[in-house]
Amino acid sequence: MSERAEIVIVGAGPAGIRAAQTLVAAGLRPIVLDENVRWGGQIYRQPPAGAGFTRTKQALYGFEAAKADAVHTTMAALLPQVDYRPETLVWACDPKHLHTMHGGRETPVAFSHLIIASGATDRVLPLPGWTLPGVYTLGGAQVALKSQGCAIGERVVFAGTGPLLYLVAYQYAKAGANVVAVLDTSAFAAQAKATPRLLNQPATFAKGVYYVGWLRSRGVRIEHGVTLEGIEGTAGVRAIRWQRGGREHSLECSAVGLGFGLRPETQLADLAGCRFVFDDLNRCWLPERDAAGRSSQAGIYLAGDGAGIAGADAAELAGRRAALALLEDLGIAAPVVPDAPDAPAIERKLASNRRFREGIEQAFALPENPAARWPDEMLVCRCEEVDARTLRECVRHDGVTEINRLKALTRVGMGRCQGRMCGEAACHLLAEASGQTFAQVGRLRAQAPIKPIPIAPMLFDENVAAIPEEARDE
Amino acid sequence: MSSSSHSSHDSQPLRAPGQSHPQLTRLAETSRSPVTFYLDGEAVQALAGDTLLTAILTHQRHVRISEFSGTPRAGFCLIGACQDCWVRCESMPAVGGDAQLTRLRACSTTVQAGMRVVTRAADANEVHGGANV
Amino acid sequence: MSETLHYDVVVAGGGLVGASAARALAERGLRVALFERRYCGAQASGVNYGGVRCQGRPEEQLPLAMRARKIWDRLPELIGIDGEFVRSGHLRLARRESDLEPLDAWSAMASGYGLATTVYRGAEFRQRFPWLGDGAVGGSLCLSDGHANPRLVSPAFARAARALGADVHERTPITAMAHDGVRFQLTAQPDEGATLQVSCDWLLNTSGAWANHIAGTFGERVPMHAIYPNMWVTEPLPRFIGHNLGVYGGGVYARQVERGNCVIGGGRGTGDGEYAQPSADTTRAVMREACALLPALRNALLIRTWSGVEGETPDNNPIIGMSRTTPRLVHAFGFSGGGFLLAPGVGDVLADLVTQGETATPIDAFAVDRFAQVSAEV
Repeated sequence: MSERAEIVIVGAGPAGIRAAQTLVAAGLRPIVLDENVRWGGQIYRQPPAGAGFTRTKQALYGFEAAKADAVHTTMAALLPQVDYRPETLVWACDPKHLHTMHGGRETPVAFSHLIIASGATDRVLPLPGWTLPGVYTLGGAQVALKSQGCAIGERVVFAGTGPLLYLVAYQYAKAGANVVAVLDTSAFAAQAKATPRLLNQPATFAKGVYYVGWLRSRGVRIEHGVTLEGIEGTAGVRAIRWQRGGREHSLECSAVGLGFGLRPETQLADLAGCRFVFDDLNRCWLPERDAAGRSSQAGIYLAGDGAGIAGADAAELAGRRAALALLEDLGIAAPVVPDAPDAPAIERKLASNRRFREGIEQAFALPENPAARWPDEMLVCRCEEVDARTLRECVRHDGVTEINRLKALTRVGMGRCQGRMCGEAACHLLAEASGQTFAQVGRLRAQAPIKPIPIAPMLFDENVAAIPEEARDE
Repeated sequence: MSSSSHSSHDSQPLRAPGQSHPQLTRLAETSRSPVTFYLDGEAVQALAGDTLLTAILTHQRHVRISEFSGTPRAGFCLIGACQDCWVRCESMPAVGGDAQLTRLRACSTTVQAGMRVVTRAADANEVHGGANV
Repeated sequence: MSETLHYDVVVAGGGLVGASAARALAERGLRVALFERRYCGAQASGVNYGGVRCQGRPEEQLPLAMRARKIWDRLPELIGIDGEFVRSGHLRLARRESDLEPLDAWSAMASGYGLATTVYRGAEFRQRFPWLGDGAVGGSLCLSDGHANPRLVSPAFARAARALGADVHERTPITAMAHDGVRFQLTAQPDEGATLQVSCDWLLNTSGAWANHIAGTFGERVPMHAIYPNMWVTEPLPRFIGHNLGVYGGGVYARQVERGNCVIGGGRGTGDGEYAQPSADTTRAVMREACALLPALRNALLIRTWSGVEGETPDNNPIIGMSRTTPRLVHAFGFSGGGFLLAPGVGDVLADLVTQGETATPIDAFAVDRFAQVSAEV
């Protein structure tokens, strides 16, 4: 394995692909590490290749088909000029190496520069019953359909808030799934008020209006301003309960798609030593970056939803912009890529996009103080099965004010998901129970491995140095 | 470590033979080639290109049993983030010896013909080399 | 407000040693303040392996270890929780035949201190521990040893100290200290709030890997350097490891907690004296050794790695005892990775020194000035 330090891009979604394209155009050959089996990321996720999937891009991506196709085609054309490594997980990072795992083997990848385009997952707020079989994130529900041709259940309710709520419901209904309701926790009035900001991207806004209109015209029940109460069932989802306008409602269903927007995956940036700052728009901690995507660490760049939720179009722009910054830092002239905007144009578009995102956050705001409603028996941490009562008692009894301390004392975030699904909720609960703001409770620090990895592959390397005598404690 | 997975649940079985209650429903892409694999010892069919999660959940409503509460889980995020869909898979080692249980993340693993997947709760006797202490 | 707060004792450093000393002193009726610059029990006390073992220690540590071990049996009474302490027994493995004789010798030595251990080998060893792989040929079992959860135990001692009347100040580093000929004068600066002026008759230096700040201030630095233990943990697994495991010669230690996770450590991470990171290379090396002993680990998932900062001395023994330069200054630090079991006992010993001027537990081997050659450096 060559130990020469390379330029490495982590992530092959829209941001990673545009970054790769830009670097290749400048004559470089980056390594592109992709945890997935095929490039495209999440929003432009492709079904498996060579297995007889036949749906067209139109069917898969709807209005985004052209963009998805452009991103896919770009990467396909780049393959001979990059070192593309799919099904490769980056599990740890030290100052000079990424530790990667692929096909049951480990490979260290020496890097000189790193573009982190690690993407996002759904932002999840729990409710009673959320661990039942049949409850999936909105993104998960979308992947089931897009990538596997499946609906998450026979009778599906979509719940939460955010533009994805309506997009996935629309995609499901269009594909023939039985969508029995869309339950939006945001008030319709909030969405109306956000319209001026949303009109920063008129095409996107129009699509949103279209999805809602389409669903209504098919008789799909849509409710706004709901308060989700719980999901019922034992072997799996049986019904969902909510409250609106002071009245209780429930609906039988066999699956719930649940989500409240997106949250960035920042573990690699954290392990790479990037400084973090609380972002009021995203309402979460983000790795610090300048307008070009440079992080606080020399040689490390950030692009796409993994550095702050901005959507697929912004991710493409940010990927290119970060690559341009990297080239500038190497003293290499910006390449000519047909139809590609230059750095100032990208930064203008990203700034405009941020105003649109403000509209999204206004239209689809998270419920205020969500933790106040959570019953004591509700599980906050699904991996470790830590309930709200345990967290509240710890705060009360031990005077905890900081989230890593809460993790150490209650095990919240210590399970396999490493806080991805519960971290936000735990912070809301800690803030509420300790009388602090969400930002004041801090952020869960990332710990390697970035995701759980099997031990067997780590035993293969014959070159592992034995533990030296002086380091052998009993 | 964990109690029987069936003891505390209501009448709806997790997967009764001959009467499956799948979680996922297929809407499209149903012309793919069938793939036979083993689910808790029973031969069942999936379609080529199914993830292990899809393959399992088109037959039953769980992919694993929580080691703490004995309650069923069926994954959550489908993109390899929530880590709630890890299943055990019997693999035959290269040279003789007992079958070893390996760990697979069902949503990001493609089902292969002949795979032997275990979704019931683990117990110490299944841990290779482990007598229950 | 700049009035001086006066205490009988100030404990500098809120790890398990400091917290247990504060608890013991408060219990004996003294006015105690503990100052911890971050959170109690979050440094070495919180990141260590969690072994509660007398077995394998050098002879000079045994009286202190035996005294400490008795305190572990009283955790619920003293700190309100059991800290997940389990009397699992400690099995110290022999990886080769030549390791058995030292195990026999240690066993004979320890029995003189009232500690019972049994060395197994050959067919009897195999029969008793069928879940162990080929990596061991025998082992010494100490049934009274066990393990506990350091993240819970250490903060709980601090809470118990507070409940008994000690003033426990977290996020409050001591920024200046001096002795005025009669007592100590200290300045402490909370992260939030006004500066505190503090005076005290006794000062306990329990600041772990950073104890040379205080020791150096009073002219008695010791040759201690920071070490970074390398720790990792698996997902929960069905229970298959019956005892807290170690090996003669060190390098790997493994325990399985009630919930099923296997906590394994060995070797070193990396760090800068303030913060530490685990090392992927070390983790791999320890995994090889652990899987040789416990083949079932091969099929498990690694879910977390961590490290922390501990203070190690040249002879791997702690510093415990009176200062040689300054009256009523007591040192207790440098536990070299083996402090978890000892710390509650050390707290009692420190309380003895403060209240009686002496302690029945032999601590001469831990004298602060035993490394005479360093006294010239400050």
